[in-house]
Amino acid sequence: MTGPNATSRGAFFTRLKAGLAKTRELLFMNVEAIARGIGPVDEKVLTDLEEALILSDAGAELAAEYAETLRAVWRRGELPDVDALRARLRKMVAETLATRMVPLVVVPPYPFVVLVVGVNGAGKTTTIGKMAGWLRLSGHTVLLAAADTFRAAAIEQLGVWAERAGADIVKHKEGADSSAVAFDAVRAAKARGTHVVLVDTAGRLHTKSHLMEEVRKVVRVVGKEIPGAPHEVLLVLDATNGRNAIAQARTFQEFTGVTGMALTKLDGTAKGGVVLSVTREIGAPIRFVGVGEKPEDLRPFDAESFAEALF
Amino acid sequence: MFENLSEKFQGVLKGLRGHGRITEGNIEGALNEVRLALLEADVNYKVVKEFVAAVKEKALGAEVLLSLSPDQQFVKIVHAEMTRMMGAQAQELNLARRPPVPVMLVGLQGSGKTTTCGKLALHLRKGKRTPFLVPADVYRPAAVEQLKVLAGQIEVPVFDTRPGADPVAICRDAIAQADRSGYDSVLLDTAGRLHIDAQMMEELARIKAAVDPGDILLVADAMTGQDAVNVARAFHEKLGLTGVVLTKMDGDARGGAALSIRAVTGAPVMFVGVGEKLDALETFHPDRMASRILGMGDLLTFVEKAQEQVDEKQARELSRKLRRNEFTLEDFRDQLLRLRKMGSMEEILGMIPGLGGKMKELKGMAPDEAELKRVVAIIDSMTAKERRNAKLLNGSRRKRIAGGSGTTVQDVNRLMKNFQQAEEMIRRMSKGGMRGMGRNFPFPQ
Repeated sequence: MTGPNATSRGAFFTRLKAGLAKTRELLFMNVEAIARGIGPVDEKVLTDLEEALILSDAGAELAAEYAETLRAVWRRGELPDVDALRARLRKMVAETLATRMVPLVVVPPYPFVVLVVGVNGAGKTTTIGKMAGWLRLSGHTVLLAAADTFRAAAIEQLGVWAERAGADIVKHKEGADSSAVAFDAVRAAKARGTHVVLVDTAGRLHTKSHLMEEVRKVVRVVGKEIPGAPHEVLLVLDATNGRNAIAQARTFQEFTGVTGMALTKLDGTAKGGVVLSVTREIGAPIRFVGVGEKPEDLRPFDAESFAEALF
Repeated sequence: MFENLSEKFQGVLKGLRGHGRITEGNIEGALNEVRLALLEADVNYKVVKEFVAAVKEKALGAEVLLSLSPDQQFVKIVHAEMTRMMGAQAQELNLARRPPVPVMLVGLQGSGKTTTCGKLALHLRKGKRTPFLVPADVYRPAAVEQLKVLAGQIEVPVFDTRPGADPVAICRDAIAQADRSGYDSVLLDTAGRLHIDAQMMEELARIKAAVDPGDILLVADAMTGQDAVNVARAFHEKLGLTGVVLTKMDGDARGGAALSIRAVTGAPVMFVGVGEKLDALETFHPDRMASRILGMGDLLTFVEKAQEQVDEKQARELSRKLRRNEFTLEDFRDQLLRLRKMGSMEEILGMIPGLGGKMKELKGMAPDEAELKRVVAIIDSMTAKERRNAKLLNGSRRKRIAGGSGTTVQDVNRLMKNFQQAEEMIRRMSKGGMRGMGRNFPFPQ
């Protein structure tokens, strides 16, 4: 899967911009000087910028770090105006995240198994639905594993997405063992020659060790059936989450060995600045951003657009 | 995480210790640490600013109590201010009107509305109410099914929402049905939506106009970051929120969003979701929430308990005695008994700042209840004269006391050593506040 193609980047950007225009109306803080990008740089502008970073959930420490670096550059006389300052900050952020711009590529041997994990309400099932849509459009056969056997009607929800995308689904009854569902799904995919298996797991708070053990078991069981699987452990992070995303990433990394991340709900006013901290915590790339509920609203992560949208 | 923050916070407060009172100069570092702690707890930037300013004003004007060191006093002020901002006490749903009373649940996608709906229904039924559940989310696949399943689990009646129906019509019809069937409260589970989606926000306004709800609750994820203010403000401006439910509080998010939302909307947090089971809904306690956001729960309990037990007069008397080297075995016993009133030894040690992580090693060192009783028995077996002047205690007196208290001379000797060390420690404590006693009072190794 090469994911959504590059020409759609423009549309994605417009979408982010539209969200941001509304943000500005709503915004609590006065970051106008930065937003307008005019006038000379002074201490006030640097403070505003630090605030804007904090408001993006980048964290006070990291915001101060960025502000300090920019202050030094400014003192050297390299930042004539706010526009230059903003451009510099974007560049810094984009460069930091550039190494995390690695799209998910689906390659044989099939089945390629993707395990999707995250806390409750992060958007796992919706992300899977959108992924299934994309994969089908790019000619792959897809099987969804309804391994969220806990939440009421989670299986039905995934079933609707399977139907929409034209994907197969393997499901058990509510309350069944999620590893068993994943195992059956992988077996079925092997037998049918399906390209991709997307395993939907129940949302779980990373602090619940028994639930984390449960998902660890899913990883193990899938790996036993197909050496090297799951080929991707995709952690879904909600962009509206604040600093807690760091702990989520750390713990899911520890239990499941995260190999990629999806940042959802970026179509609101939350900026997802916490990924700047998350990427310091774990090495996995950011595969996707979610900017809506339609299949085309799952986009490959683009560091520059992301940095642009931050300020 | 919790412990780290608590310790960091206390680390800075050390700076306050030893100063006679809180001044502009010695408070800055502590205020900055509060600021950082709150930002890390996801309290909105602007709200943090206001909060820190309010704390500063209160702290500078405050009269320093003798029973509390300046750092403890500062903690108390910070906590009191946060509790105040969070709202006075637990609030219930506004159901005191002609039934059926509709309650709307609104919020972003994935905040936990449907689960909360089920939890609230159970809560209401436990309060002898007759709730009716209404799935009004026709957008998310299987959302209607989800609420129907939850309703079945708790055996609460649920409206038979047809796929593709108009949410406004669903709510209106459901309330008519509740009226006919005699249900007294109607929980409307609306679809998750973005606060900037004008069309979807308008739908909520139309539902509100159609059903005249008794409460409109914003369901918000405890993990929400800085954006919480934007979300809360948008929902509040469109609908006029009457309350908030904070979900996923069973994780380790510190929940600063609670303070942000409260500050922006004025709407009280009514409930918190603390688990995936349907009975995992609790009423909201502002003081507990304040402790959680500040990451200093136990420290505060300790300060409060100490304050309860040590009254000003006694403290003044003790400090006078110490200055004159008049600390006696009687005082020692009184201190021990006072400490015991505060709770079990283990509990007390757990509450002492900085000891949180060291509880394990301390467990072996802490005297158990039996040992405490023995110590008190030894002191009680002394004559009044001996208690006032420990120097009198020669070998034969110690032997008599051991016999009288049913202990051994070694026990008495150990107590005397402890007493001397305690004397020293209390001297330090009177200079440096209670922190000085944290390490090993009253039983040094």
